[in-house]
Amino acid sequence: MTYTLFIILLPLISFLVLGIAGKWFSHKTAGWIGTLALAGVTVLSYYAAYEYFFVIGRDAVTGAFERQVPINFCWLPFFDQGLHFDMGILLDPISVMMLIVISTVSFMVHIYSFGYMKGEKGFQRYYAFLSLFTMSMLGLVVATNIFQMYLFWELVGVSSYLLIGFYYTSPAAIAASKKAFIVTRFADLFFLIGILIYGFYTGSFAFVFDTPEGLASYAQAGFILPLALTLMFIGGAGKSAMFPLHIWLPDAMEGPTPVSALIHAATMVVAGVFQVARLFPLWVTYAQDWMPIIIWVGVFTAFYAAAVACAQSDIKRVLAFSTISQIAFMMVALGVCTELQTGHEHVGSVGYMASMFHLFTHAMFKACLFLGAGCIIHAVHSNEMNAMGGLRKYLPLTHITFLVSCLAISGIPFFSGFSSKDEIITACMAYSPAVGYIMTGIAAMTAFYMFRLYYGIFWGTENKELHAAHHPHETKVMTWPLIILSIITVGVGAYTTLAGFGMFDGYSFGSLISADGQDYRIHFDTSVALTSTIVAICAIGLATWIFKGERQPIADKLYATFPRLHRWAYKRFYMDEVYQFVTHKIIFACVSKPIAWFDRHVVDGFFNFLAWGTNATSNGIKTLQSGRVQQYALVYLVGTILLIAMLLIF
Amino acid sequence: MNFLSLFVLIPLLMLLGLWLAKGVKAVRGVMVVGSSLLLVLATYLTIDFLAQRAGGNTAEMLYQASFTWFEPLNISYRVGVDGISVAMLLLSAVIVFTGTFVSWKLSPNLKDYFLWFTLLSMGVFGFFISIDMFMMFMFYEIALIPMYLLIGVWGTGQKEYSAMKLTLMLMGGSAFLMLGIFGIFYGAGGQTMNILDIANHTGGAHPIDFAGQCIWFPLTFVGFGVLGALFPFHTWSPDGHASAPTAVSMLHAGVLMKLGGYGCFRIAIFLLPEAANELNWIFLILTGISVVYGAMSACVQTDLKYINAYSSVSHCGLVLFGILMLTTTSTTGAVLQMLSHGLMTALFFALIGMIYGRTHTRDVRLMTGLMQIMPFLGVCFVIAGLANLGLPGLSGFVAEMSIFVGSFQNADTFHRVLTVMATCSIVVAAVYILRMVGKMLYGVCTDEHHLKLTDATWEERFAVICLIACIAGIGLFPSWISSMISDSVAPIIDAVKQAI
Amino acid sequence: MNITIDYFLILSAVMLGAGMYGFFTRRNTLAILISIELILNAADINFAAFNRLCQTGIEGYVFTLFSIAISAAETAIAIAVMINIYRMLKNNYVDELDTLKW
Repeated sequence: MTYTLFIILLPLISFLVLGIAGKWFSHKTAGWIGTLALAGVTVLSYYAAYEYFFVIGRDAVTGAFERQVPINFCWLPFFDQGLHFDMGILLDPISVMMLIVISTVSFMVHIYSFGYMKGEKGFQRYYAFLSLFTMSMLGLVVATNIFQMYLFWELVGVSSYLLIGFYYTSPAAIAASKKAFIVTRFADLFFLIGILIYGFYTGSFAFVFDTPEGLASYAQAGFILPLALTLMFIGGAGKSAMFPLHIWLPDAMEGPTPVSALIHAATMVVAGVFQVARLFPLWVTYAQDWMPIIIWVGVFTAFYAAAVACAQSDIKRVLAFSTISQIAFMMVALGVCTELQTGHEHVGSVGYMASMFHLFTHAMFKACLFLGAGCIIHAVHSNEMNAMGGLRKYLPLTHITFLVSCLAISGIPFFSGFSSKDEIITACMAYSPAVGYIMTGIAAMTAFYMFRLYYGIFWGTENKELHAAHHPHETKVMTWPLIILSIITVGVGAYTTLAGFGMFDGYSFGSLISADGQDYRIHFDTSVALTSTIVAICAIGLATWIFKGERQPIADKLYATFPRLHRWAYKRFYMDEVYQFVTHKIIFACVSKPIAWFDRHVVDGFFNFLAWGTNATSNGIKTLQSGRVQQYALVYLVGTILLIAMLLIF
Repeated sequence: MNFLSLFVLIPLLMLLGLWLAKGVKAVRGVMVVGSSLLLVLATYLTIDFLAQRAGGNTAEMLYQASFTWFEPLNISYRVGVDGISVAMLLLSAVIVFTGTFVSWKLSPNLKDYFLWFTLLSMGVFGFFISIDMFMMFMFYEIALIPMYLLIGVWGTGQKEYSAMKLTLMLMGGSAFLMLGIFGIFYGAGGQTMNILDIANHTGGAHPIDFAGQCIWFPLTFVGFGVLGALFPFHTWSPDGHASAPTAVSMLHAGVLMKLGGYGCFRIAIFLLPEAANELNWIFLILTGISVVYGAMSACVQTDLKYINAYSSVSHCGLVLFGILMLTTTSTTGAVLQMLSHGLMTALFFALIGMIYGRTHTRDVRLMTGLMQIMPFLGVCFVIAGLANLGLPGLSGFVAEMSIFVGSFQNADTFHRVLTVMATCSIVVAAVYILRMVGKMLYGVCTDEHHLKLTDATWEERFAVICLIACIAGIGLFPSWISSMISDSVAPIIDAVKQAI
Repeated sequence: MNITIDYFLILSAVMLGAGMYGFFTRRNTLAILISIELILNAADINFAAFNRLCQTGIEGYVFTLFSIAISAAETAIAIAVMINIYRMLKNNYVDELDTLKW
């Protein structure tokens, strides 16, 4: 399957071509180059998936999908312990699934951007960066070892930086891009340290060890391996915007909306989840005791982000917080997974599958939501909800696709989000009912704020003046991706829901991807499915009751009753201010400034002092060299007399 | 006639040519021809070196040649190269070549400027091909002196002060160095100045006893360390770089500072292995401080050149740090870091010089939105910045990762803590780079004087593209150069390790 | 009255002392020159006196003549320098002539 190399090479070539020669191309040519490269990638990815799952298929002996490594070479040798930095392509169920997700969403975004970015200055640059991002993200998911993952991890970070800062004349975009890069880089520092520890104690950067020696060195490592994994998890938490490191993601919405859909909703932000999933066999085998860290970070983030999302007024911010919350769901699902064995009785292993499933479905409907939001913003030229309202008349297609995605994210049966979220909650319940109920509650909050958003945009109070001045309309090229993505959402949702309730013999997502690669048939736990559906419908009902009408007396009353709570949630509980304080007031003002001062005045002062001392001494001695012959002669005379006197005496 | 001597001979001929040249065109012609020859020579050397190694030539130094120069002290003109020197020669050739194009329109006295510039590069090349301690020292001094004039005459700002400070501090280092070299010479029996002969001593024990090594090691290390911006002897660097003309900053930060790291490894560690094992902790602490301290102070600087100079302190600190960790990987990483830092800092200084030449200010607070006005320079600046903060695919990443992985092979707490500290610098690097890029390039240009500025000229573009190509080349295909360097590093490190 | 060597020596000692005193204390270049001449002449007298005392040849006289010739040449140069300095700087005091010093 060496042709998979082209999955990475095509966008790389397109990046180089557009990056170097882009300015000589017309917008149209540049767009076509990027899109065609992506079309190639998509075709290859689908073909690779087909070949992987259905042609090569399960291993006859183990009954699992075996990992395939079509390409692997030493990129950079390290010379101690035989460590080496490899580059290659690893195909296993999750990386193949990620190939599908990334290529699909990226392809949709490429098409969509034709309309959204039309006439923008730097159109070629935009497509170049999209290609760069796609290349890096694809490289990340097919990484054969942790170091290769880190390399592409950094590259996606930088492409995210470049794309967030695409409108580089806007101060908000500059600040946001800087913040995104620095926060994730800070997290990556831990990732790197984790890699160093991992590499040293296991003697390799590979993800798995097939040889007993590798396993033995794990066993010797004691708490070292869990520590390494936790450090890597911090890296993943940075990229996936888990709680204390989430602050960059909402600001990242300053980038063009298709970019938000691609990078900050569907693909890059799930890199952290993917990383934990990739290292999952290690987590489960060697670091079970440390996994509650993942769970509780995830649970808290999910709750926090959902709470904040209820109060935001910028539609992209709402979606951003919803993304954070949903990614936290995936993290929790991984955390509650306690064993690798699958099979119907082994509920402990459902989490892994559920997490990957949710990653897949979330990527599709969240991309659809963001692209829909892009259409809306394109139509009304504002991100704020008060500029919208009643848009269902003007943007019918966007309205329907947005509604479909909202239903999906809320967890309504026959929409894709239902199946995956239901599995997550089942997994949580199996781990601990407390976690399960908390997650159900957060799922209800999800439904509530998503429908608050939906009503705020398409129903609610219409900003008639604005819409009269500028008639909102849809662009055709931009609606196609929406339709495709919502068809995927509905199709996958309907199929998996039916499969989960026992049709098609339960053959659905779990049959392809599961913790140990065995065929896992999804069967819904009826009580969980029923509870979560009812709760979701109640939450939607509540949102309808509060936000649907032309006037919203209840909402106004609520704001009036809890002004402080609303304000805190609106200000994201002042996390940004905390960061601002720590970085500027503490690190800059109390560390960097004094160091700079110290350098100029103490260290440099010491050398200046030396120079001054030498000068002063010379000046002192200089008076002896007065240049007055008479004085010299006198000294000479006195000296002669003294010498003579000495000769006479001794 | 050994062909390594061409590295000294070509600059000498260039000096002659420059002396005879009349008019700006002739001067430029001599420089372009000479520096291209050097580049071709360095490339040929690299290829031939790799071919010889592939052909099974495992001699420690290749292309050796020698003739006695001063009998009483056993000083000979002795040349030879291993993988490390080849890498450094290649780097120097690239920097000299691009430096020529960067100084294309310098005025006044282009001819005199290039005379000193060539003399400086002769010193640098001579240093890297020498394997005789005294010759190394001599070329080292040849490289230092022109710096004084280049900064003092063609510099900007407080140029006399900076030139004086730089020269005096480096000369102070040379004084230590001279003591160290003679200490080694007499300690090893006063028979030879040849590095290889001293290192490959016959018989069991090292000719210099342990107490002696403990005296000469700090002297040599500090002597070279001053040039390698070892904390707290680094303060010449910000002032010196800030005042120097563009190409001199390039050559200085790009190549001359590498003399320090190279010398530390080649003389201090190679010849005094026991002391290196025993005393490296002191210098590890100092270099660890350099790494973080340089990065931290770069965060609050406002002058572009100061930012880059402090970032150089941080990166060069990493070079010495990697060398002192005494593992093959970290030392290979250190040499790669020399190469990579040389290229990217040269690129940075070149760009800063070009921007300064247009805006006449280097204060980041006074510049905004330059990306719109000079897109080419802006994009290259971003690339340089990304290289500086260690973006994969560019050379910095490869070097830093080698250093970190190598350093982590020392399994005790002390080395671990220092390594973790050093890794923090990559985050801080992101802070100062992005701050600088964000302030200077992004945003909307408000200064009407800046609105009329033009983008890069052809020779500037050429120089910048050459450097970027080298940076990306190493960053994308690091394994050949890394193996070439490590082949030469490994025996030395093994010898040092065995000396305990 | 027998004129012994002592008389000459006393005279030359007085001249030497006066010359040295003048040389150390005077600030006027011309006065210093005169003092130098006094010192030289003291030496000349000693040459002549010892030559007469020893009665062996004429070396002492020859040296005296040499010395006189040299001091004449030296005086000529010195005065030329002084005049030039005076013309340029309107000054001939040694402690004030420091234009070339630092």
